Amino acid sequence: MVGPSLQVGERVVLDRQHLQQLFDALSKRGYRILGPTVNDRAIVYDELSSVDDLPTGWTDEQNAGTYCLKKRADGAVFGYVVGPHSWKKFLLQPEMQLWQAKSAESGLKVLEGKEVTPKAAFLGVRSCELHAIAIQDRIFADGEYVDPSYKSRRENLFIVAVNCTQAGGTCFCTSMETGPKATSGFDLALTEVLDDKRHCFLVEAGTELGTKVLGELSYREASEEEIAVAESSVEKCSRQMGRTMNTSEIKELLYRNYENPRWDDVASRCLTCGNCTMVCPTCFCTTVEDYTDLSGQLAERRRRMDVCFTMDFSYIHGGSIRYSPKARYRQWMTHKLATWIDQFGVSGCVGCGRCITWCPVAIDITEEARAIRESELSHRTIT
Amino acid sequence: MTANPMLTYPYSIKRIQQETYDTFTLELKPKGNIQTKPFAPGQFNMLYVFGVGEVPISISGDPDKHDVLVHTTRAVGAVTNAMRKLRRGDLIGVRGPFGTSWPMEEAKGCDVVIVAGGIGLPPLRPSVYQLLSQRREYGKVFVLYGARTPADLLYLQEMEQWRARSDVHVDITVDRALRWWRGNVGVVTTLIPRADFDPTSTIAMMVGPEIMMRFTIAELQKRGLSDESIYISMERNMKCGFGFCGHCQFGPFFVCKDGPVFRYDRVKPFVGKGEI
Amino acid sequence: METLEPILAQHPFLKELEPRHLKILVGCASNVRFNAGQILFHEGEEANQFYMIRQGKVAIEILAPELGPITVQTVGEGDVLGWSWLIPPYRWRFGARAVELTRAIALDGKCLRQKSEEDHDLGYELLKRFSGIIVERLEATRLQLLDVYKARP
Repeated sequence: MVGPSLQVGERVVLDRQHLQQLFDALSKRGYRILGPTVNDRAIVYDELSSVDDLPTGWTDEQNAGTYCLKKRADGAVFGYVVGPHSWKKFLLQPEMQLWQAKSAESGLKVLEGKEVTPKAAFLGVRSCELHAIAIQDRIFADGEYVDPSYKSRRENLFIVAVNCTQAGGTCFCTSMETGPKATSGFDLALTEVLDDKRHCFLVEAGTELGTKVLGELSYREASEEEIAVAESSVEKCSRQMGRTMNTSEIKELLYRNYENPRWDDVASRCLTCGNCTMVCPTCFCTTVEDYTDLSGQLAERRRRMDVCFTMDFSYIHGGSIRYSPKARYRQWMTHKLATWIDQFGVSGCVGCGRCITWCPVAIDITEEARAIRESELSHRTIT
Repeated sequence: MTANPMLTYPYSIKRIQQETYDTFTLELKPKGNIQTKPFAPGQFNMLYVFGVGEVPISISGDPDKHDVLVHTTRAVGAVTNAMRKLRRGDLIGVRGPFGTSWPMEEAKGCDVVIVAGGIGLPPLRPSVYQLLSQRREYGKVFVLYGARTPADLLYLQEMEQWRARSDVHVDITVDRALRWWRGNVGVVTTLIPRADFDPTSTIAMMVGPEIMMRFTIAELQKRGLSDESIYISMERNMKCGFGFCGHCQFGPFFVCKDGPVFRYDRVKPFVGKGEI
Repeated sequence: METLEPILAQHPFLKELEPRHLKILVGCASNVRFNAGQILFHEGEEANQFYMIRQGKVAIEILAPELGPITVQTVGEGDVLGWSWLIPPYRWRFGARAVELTRAIALDGKCLRQKSEEDHDLGYELLKRFSGIIVERLEATRLQLLDVYKARP
């Protein structure tokens, strides 16, 4: 329906049966649609060909060290939170070629990796994830040095956000002030409204481009009641968080506590498997590997994501700086919650809870932060 | 900044010189119509050996003569050992310069104490060149250098030239030596009491193994130097050189872009703390 | 004849020593000079003095059968050499050889030991200063031991 042109910030309603139109409108514009889908007993991010690929009627039950999918009693399309994947899979890329070099008579020729930047649309981005993307933008797109691959993927990105109406067992976005409502950084934002009366989506246009795409769909005006229901379910969600994190002066807290015995405690549990870094939407460390072919004429440099929990990570002539698991766990958590703030002006944690869910030994970052904070209090009461 | 900072540019080896049994110096000239970027003393380049890998190496040449890049390095790993076997005319990839530099401006009008340990002398040589070329801008200049044995001393001829000047105090010591050595034996910190700089107006710059730097800082503090007058150069594992890969983190600092030169008072809480 | 009193008073090692103690030390002091290569004392000899170096360089060495003498440390202007006179059995554990022309004040340790037994204040002042020197040498030695410049891959 082509009605009067929409304004940025305007909210309309798209009925459930018209959701496929969003897919069509984006495909027509050349976007490859990426979003949640069920695979391998989890909800992961992958290419979607239609509405049917979405995890309709599924929900996730998450807690420390546990994740499992359950069938819902209703047909909610977005009735779950976040899974093991994050959008860095498409923006930062787990593995890629940086350049190739040819050795020849005339010398060394370095050829930059020529990739065709895919035009992608992310469908189903949660508020915490919008914040995570913004955090990585600061590092790779907005600073003195720019990652050209990240930047071009980012510039050709269409984001359809989803406001959470149900919090996950390990979520704490309210503590980190990153949700559950998406406030910026999206082209469109959907809030699912599902009850015995209807199944529809309240759609907010976040950008000019968003209004154009929305304009091509069969939307209708949003009633006061529909807006109220949508807003209240998001508000209800903010009170359902599975975890909390006290962020008051957390940077100073962790800077003071490098020698806290709690680190030994968590080290006795931590396997240094690095799952937390892999699922974390803001972890960005990468490493570089140089290859050469058998003839020795062609060399290649590839970049892949790296994990600060390995012995290799801090290796420098003779040994690793962080040779104990304790030091490596401490590095990860202190970086995420404290030094990140000095480096980038914001916390590195968006409260998505993935690290808690996917830790095989159920280490909970909110619990560790609480234990450190409380260890200081007990000291004071003793003296 | 649209150029990909991970792209390396081919430079040709103009000269490769063995300094000691495990340390060598490369002189590099750019290939084709690449312009060498000017660098400040203390900065480093990422040097790539075709098909082998890349390492961060401090620039050790004269900042005023930046058409030739000079790098002195020790052969300790796969890349530097491969580098050592290269010949004149071979190509090396260069990315940079990266990092912070020595406080040459802040040091003007002050006495300058340079303390180098072992392979720590190459990153300081560019500042000595700059001090000497603008000699009148600075007070007394001390170059204190310590190495493992006399066989490990670098740039000996040059140091003798500096020592011959009446306006530079050069003092060298080794950790151990045999009878023919007529010089000092003892750690480099023992040279500090004999250097008569004015602690109220001195800038100290040092590079060496972390332990040596910590002892040197203590000795300078004993002489009355404030933490703001002391500059150190740190080293950590680096993969990118400009703050993207996360490897070189040292507390909240990225050694590649907040360092490698740090003013001591800024990093004091982290220096000497285990496994940071 | 000029006494050694002003020279001793100026040496950093004796800073802020009370005048009456300084006089005792002057009574035990003599001016000495060693040419380059000259031995000050051999390892194993009776240790009856210590030296306050005024000028030059002295190598503290130990004899290794296969390698000859190894210098463990050199001392120079402003340094103090020799503390074996303080601790029984009062024998040098290392040897000392002048690397270049060296001028020093030699102090009669045997005499000072006796005077310190009589005047404990003097003994305390000397020990206070010597313990500072020994600690400094210990720290420096540990640093040398750590072999920090060794290449590690």
